[in-house]
Amino acid sequence: MKNLLEHMGMEPDRLHFSWISSAESTKFVAVVNQITAKVKALGPNQRFVKKAAKVA
Amino acid sequence: MSTYTDKIRETAQRLLKECKVEMVIGFRKGSQPMMNEPCVVRSPEEVDQLIWDSNCGINLANYLTNRKEKIGIVAKGCDSRNIVTHIVENKIAREQLVIIGVPCLGMIDKRKIAAAADGEILSVTEADGQVMVKTAQATQTFAKSDVLQGNCSVCTHRNPVIHDEMIAEPVPEQTDVDPYADVAEIDAMTPEQRHAFFEELLAPCIRCYACRNACPLCYCPTCFVDESKPQWVGKGQDPADVRTFHFLRAYHCAGRCTDCGACQRACPVGINMRLLTKKLNKDCLELYGWEAGLSTETRPALDDYQPNDPENFIH
Ligand code: SF4
Ligand code: SF4
Repeated sequence: MKNLLEHMGMEPDRLHFSWISSAESTKFVAVVNQITAKVKALGPNQRFVKKAAKVA
Repeated sequence: MSTYTDKIRETAQRLLKECKVEMVIGFRKGSQPMMNEPCVVRSPEEVDQLIWDSNCGINLANYLTNRKEKIGIVAKGCDSRNIVTHIVENKIAREQLVIIGVPCLGMIDKRKIAAAADGEILSVTEADGQVMVKTAQATQTFAKSDVLQGNCSVCTHRNPVIHDEMIAEPVPEQTDVDPYADVAEIDAMTPEQRHAFFEELLAPCIRCYACRNACPLCYCPTCFVDESKPQWVGKGQDPADVRTFHFLRAYHCAGRCTDCGACQRACPVGINMRLLTKKLNKDCLELYGWEAGLSTETRPALDDYQPNDPENFIH
């Protein structure tokens, strides 16, 4: 899924997957921090976004 | 090729006469050149409709879904792989089928012919690896290898993988082709270039869903694009919706697509949406060593867990 999105031009750092147990609070924080940093570096998403309904 | 036709008719007639099947699914001549159409024959007297040539690119496995009859079906390499997929997915039972295998030398790309032909095409015939195209102005000859469908020119499964009858000796498989050269080309681009590439590729799409309908894998009673409660994706031609449709259509075929080319063939505006399914085919091969529809004994890539499945995409 990630591979196909990237094949279509989604930036590699935009989509993240993780597996975190409810007992792994430190991992949760670490992963969220990591993801936020990566996504912030990319800036707002421009792809797969619907701007406004086109009215003909 | 006409020997193929004779043999198919003979086989169909025998199967129907002996009541081994209730119907035979094959091809008959279409009303326009290069447009052979699927055809269902139910009595021995009708078998003369059946034909075979290089315009039989439609995937006949599409007509098997949920059928209850005993069916004889004409199957080239890719059709046979989709039949296997249908059996694995319980869309038809093996016992219901008599598979009439056709070793395939590739199908002609009608768009390549139309682009190269001078004027309206009146007839297209073939002999000895040559394709003769007759227009009002002239008769042109092409080497068949130059006008093959993209998927056929890189096909490595020309012979049926499953069959009960064979109408000819197996043909040699192509070994010196790289089926994924076009995907690799896209993967070599930057994300910006890839995004732009698909923006352009998908721009002409009119959301007619011919690609979905032609595909034997797309058999859900209600497709996600047709649902309105909830509505998963916009129904118009907003580029984001078109892209989402194509992304999901391809993803639903992950680990199942045989690259038969029926989708691309059916598209009225000639979009090569196979560039999406092929990416998934390539990934399935590289990550799981999986090619769809080769055996009824193994479970598909996305339906099977192995402890050594790659998981480097998970943090
Ligand atoms: S997605 Fe296209 S190439 Fe793949 S099986 Fe369906 S029709 Fe054939
Ligand atoms: S067949 Fe072509 S135009 Fe129709 S939905 Fe598919 S890609 Fe779009």
